[in-house]
Amino acid sequence: MRNLWAFIRKYNAFFLFLIFEISSLIIYIKYNSFQKASFLNSTNAVTGTLFKQVDAFKSYLSLREANDSLARENAKLRGEVKSSFYVDSVEKRKVNDTVYKQQYSYIVAKVINNSFNKRSNYITIDRGSKDGIQKDMGVITGAGVVGQVIDVTEHLAIIQSVLHKNTRFSAMLTNTKDIGSFVWGDDLDPHKGLLIDIQNNAQPKIGELVVTSGYSLFPTGIPFGKITNLHAKGGGLLINVEVSLAVDFTKLQYVYVVNNKFAAEQTGLEAVQNKNE
Amino acid sequence: MPPNKRDWRPYKTKMSRTILINVLRFLALVFMQVFLLKNITFYNLATPYFYILFILLLPFEVPNILLFTLSFVLGLTVDVFYYTPGLHAAACVVLALVRILFISITVQKDGFDNEPEPTLSIMGFRWFFTYAVVLTLVHHFFLLNLEVFSFSEIQYTLSRVALSSLFTVFLILISGLLFYRRKERK
Repeated sequence: MRNLWAFIRKYNAFFLFLIFEISSLIIYIKYNSFQKASFLNSTNAVTGTLFKQVDAFKSYLSLREANDSLARENAKLRGEVKSSFYVDSVEKRKVNDTVYKQQYSYIVAKVINNSFNKRSNYITIDRGSKDGIQKDMGVITGAGVVGQVIDVTEHLAIIQSVLHKNTRFSAMLTNTKDIGSFVWGDDLDPHKGLLIDIQNNAQPKIGELVVTSGYSLFPTGIPFGKITNLHAKGGGLLINVEVSLAVDFTKLQYVYVVNNKFAAEQTGLEAVQNKNE
Repeated sequence: MPPNKRDWRPYKTKMSRTILINVLRFLALVFMQVFLLKNITFYNLATPYFYILFILLLPFEVPNILLFTLSFVLGLTVDVFYYTPGLHAAACVVLALVRILFISITVQKDGFDNEPEPTLSIMGFRWFFTYAVVLTLVHHFFLLNLEVFSFSEIQYTLSRVALSSLFTVFLILISGLLFYRRKERK
């Protein structure tokens, strides 16, 4: 027994190494499978406030760009409101429109932490469950798709960015409506993504817009980006194309969280269907 | 342990000074890493992980258990801001082990009294440079491979390791030179 003790003492560095290394690897691996919910919840309060304060200072440096993008978006929206259309009929009637029921609403949020140079990138925003944000909501900007909410606290939420190794969104080509999956390429370029698994009778063209298909969290037609290369590697039987991202993730400032009002209904219905099979 | 009674007071003040310096260094390096260096990257290849300087500069006399605990805590602190629990901690613990091995091979134990900390000004450029390069390479190798966790991108990961290490060592040497004179005069 004493020999064993002496042995452990002599090589204490190695045993300490084993203990600490194993515990950190356990944390790391557990975090991967449990989607890190508990870890983030407990630390978010501290890091969130710190990030918020630093960001309050940093946002002054890019006010001009934020203004530009907001102005551009305003102009675009202004073109879509009713008052900008010429009314043909002389008599104006107020129509209580029951044909359309609002399906999507948007919650604006400010990005307070962002990364784009790792294999798995996350974005933190300053809105949380208090403002109606829930897990699995989609996130967009005026330019295009940003990601998906994966964790929410009362005042903050974490978004799994498109620049993440597990990101996979349903997407389609604008012209032919061929469906594929949108993923991030493995070369860590924050300006490029891949549209994979398109049926091989489709004929994508360079410069064609890739948009959301409406099968997922987003409204139909939110852009991912434009096709830049038709022969991305690893195509096989299906076609893979390279897409330059519409959103500049290095300069994110404000995002919109998409609230799909029918989402709960849809998942509930589909769950029932799955159970019946 | 203090050698005799007369040395007791200076020993104690010296020790509290070391603790204070290291606490400040810890805070400054973590702050710099998560708010400044986190946003710096060259062509998605070179990202500096400068915070490991804290482990590199801990005094020679620090007991192994404290060294491992501090490395683990430093790693976890950085992880909290990177949202990658365990990743940096694992890499830092490996770094601590390599530090113990490297120092036990290259430095004589009885020289500790004159050389309290492995800094550039005390140990000289050649020793410190080798020390920084070896430890940085090991840390980055573990960190980046663990982050990607697949062998299919190994070539790309290795180039990231090499270039990031270059960047980190560069920063470490610069910081060593910045604090060179002050430490020597003391």
